[in-house]
Amino acid sequence: MLEIEDLHVSVQDKNILKGLSLTVPAGEVHAIMGPNGAGKSTTSYTLAGREGYEVTSGAIRFKGEDFVDLPPEERAAKGMFLAFQSPIEIPGVTSMNFLKTAVNAQARSRGEKEPTAVEFLKMLREAAKKLNVTEDMLRRPLNVGFSGGEKKRNEVLQMTLLKPSLAVLDETDSGLDIDALRLVAEGVNALRCPERSFLVITHYQRLLDYIEPDVVHILAGGRIVKSGDKTLARQLEDQGYDAVIGQAA
Amino acid sequence: MTQEMETLEEFAGQKYKYGFVSDIESEFAPKGLSEDVIRFISAKKDEPDWMLDWRLAAYKRWQAMREPDWAKLHYPRVDFDDLYYYAAPKSDKTSPKSLDEVDPELLETYKKLGIPLSEQEILAGVEPKNRVAVDAVFDSVSVVTTFKETLEEAGVIFCPISEAISKYPELVQKYLGTVVPVTDNFYATLNSAVFSDGSFVYIPEGVRCPMELSTYFRINASNTGQFERTLIIADKNSYVSYLEGCTAPQRDENQLHAAVVELVALEGAEIKYSTVQNWYPGDETGKGGIYNFVTKRGDCRGDHSKISWTQVETGSAITWKYPSCILRGENSQGEFYSIAITNNYQQADTGTKMIHLGKNTKSRIISKGISAGHSQNTYRGLVRMHSKADGARNFTQCDSLLMGSDCGAHTVPYIESRNRSAMIEHEATTSKISEDQLFYCLSRGIDAEEAVALIVNGFCKDVLQQLPMEFAVEAQKLVGISLEGSVG
Ligand SMILES: Nc1ncnc2c1ncn2[C@@H]1O[C@H](COP(=O)(O)OP(=O)(O)OP(=O)(O)O)[C@@H](O)[C@H]1O
Ligand SMILES: [Mg+2]
Repeated sequence: MLEIEDLHVSVQDKNILKGLSLTVPAGEVHAIMGPNGAGKSTTSYTLAGREGYEVTSGAIRFKGEDFVDLPPEERAAKGMFLAFQSPIEIPGVTSMNFLKTAVNAQARSRGEKEPTAVEFLKMLREAAKKLNVTEDMLRRPLNVGFSGGEKKRNEVLQMTLLKPSLAVLDETDSGLDIDALRLVAEGVNALRCPERSFLVITHYQRLLDYIEPDVVHILAGGRIVKSGDKTLARQLEDQGYDAVIGQAA
Repeated sequence: MTQEMETLEEFAGQKYKYGFVSDIESEFAPKGLSEDVIRFISAKKDEPDWMLDWRLAAYKRWQAMREPDWAKLHYPRVDFDDLYYYAAPKSDKTSPKSLDEVDPELLETYKKLGIPLSEQEILAGVEPKNRVAVDAVFDSVSVVTTFKETLEEAGVIFCPISEAISKYPELVQKYLGTVVPVTDNFYATLNSAVFSDGSFVYIPEGVRCPMELSTYFRINASNTGQFERTLIIADKNSYVSYLEGCTAPQRDENQLHAAVVELVALEGAEIKYSTVQNWYPGDETGKGGIYNFVTKRGDCRGDHSKISWTQVETGSAITWKYPSCILRGENSQGEFYSIAITNNYQQADTGTKMIHLGKNTKSRIISKGISAGHSQNTYRGLVRMHSKADGARNFTQCDSLLMGSDCGAHTVPYIESRNRSAMIEHEATTSKISEDQLFYCLSRGIDAEEAVALIVNGFCKDVLQQLPMEFAVEAQKLVGISLEGSVG
């Protein structure tokens, strides 16, 4: 699904990713953990194609296709999704309207039929209910005045409707209460299938109790410094980064 | 909302689509302005002497006036002698009585513009509550007014003003020029001298107009000024919602449009006046486009009356327009909701005047200005509290959105208060579409052009939701189209 090879990325002339390599096969869930400022969000923005995140060397291949020069909206249409660490507010545009616009834009871009208003609403209501996103939230301006947890649930709602091939979740668990964490995890698990992969960025083992990862990577200093199975996350939680990364180095 | 978005998408990616010219043989008055031309226009309309005298008096007055230059607008002076002041489709000798008599080419034109004029078609296709009666004005004449009989049954008069002058002279004489006096300003005075057509509306006491009324203005002939005149009277405790739309062909030269709209709301009456102004704005380099110098004013003459202006200004090379309210009656209310979008080399100087004369009068101003390209967009507004306006209140909110760094947004609020109990609140913001917002949309698969349309429509929401549904959809599409090419 995703192959990142010796990726170097700079932002405003500052090198942040320094030789990151990572492969996520179809159907797998990979977790990325790492200290603050390690380059996790930088990785996720780079994957989504954000302007200003300059790939100076290395490669990103998505379903075998070179991704580096593709604009963000085309990446999205090809199945890339990023749940933002800090979702953005758009005043005056309802969540519902935003989602409908996105769903239609992606369908058009893939040459598929846009869902009718009725079909769309049905999908939306079903997904919203599962995530405990209220009708009121759907009708409010996107993320404006949403609590931290509401914003995160809203990201997962968008993911559910857009049905991506690869979903990058950047600290989607941060700021969630215990019930919401379970709902979000269930939302992700419901989407797990052999054709879909997840890259879950988190600071906490807790999320990985619910969403069981196939592989856990540790990102530090702009590189993956260690990978292992889900026990690596527990080891980190018990011992801290210094001990674990120190071991690797 | 979903339907709105679908239409928005359908129209995204289109340029000015009303720029075509209809091949219709026209009859013109001689070029330039003189007493003879005014007599010619008046004779064409079979006007009574009092109307001709009114025009001639206005013309005399106008000759001594100077074009105003206080607005933040730059344009070459208009050569008023190089214009036609009257152009009419030739087939239209006397105004046609039914659709069968209307030139098919004209019907075709309105069809292309998306304005159906056949009542049968409308009756078949549209829910009763969504039906709109239309007065179609083509260059200097009204070509057809629909649903006249239905409206007459309710006692509502909706007809071309030329017809009202002969059929309802006492109403016209009683109200014409009482809100915008003949001497008001350079363009209004010119309009008083040469106005050709426009709509007349009278809603009798206690009547709620059974459908939306709408006038659709089309400038077709070249080198021709359009000077329409609209007069709407809402008698005691009546209600009317009126819509105005306009387009013009794409031409290299600038064309002049100087309209006057007068609204009178008597005791307990309410008038809602909405405009979607989409005159040809000129091309990307600023060539061509309409000069739009318009005087619109409403008089809340009776107690507890209300006048609400909503405008979506996307067209015209130059916009000079300040729909205003005179809040004379006690407890009367004035509202002004405005979206002004300028792109390329367009210039807009627009806003409102709220003149509080009566006790406990209220006004509300919401203005959203969006500037892109090399355009200049100015909000100019006056709130005046007279000494007798005890307890008067105003709330003003002006928001500007800048796209790119070559355009300008300006806010010029004038506040005059001669009453200590009056309250005036003013809020203003200026913002840009953030890179975060844009990337968020892109990352969801929405391309830049559509993202901008979406974000700008969100920015304008408070105003858009004031529009009647059918117009709101139209307006949302326009927002997208007007800003085309504004993101790189
Ligand atoms: N626009 C920028 N200009 C300069 N430096 C930047 C910019 N954006 C990010 N950085 C730096 O890049 C480094 C990596 O940031 P990034 O946001 O990817 O970290 P992270 O791993 O997601 O951290 P956290 O766990 O706190 O979310 C940080 O040192 C940050 O300050
Ligand atoms: Mg981060």
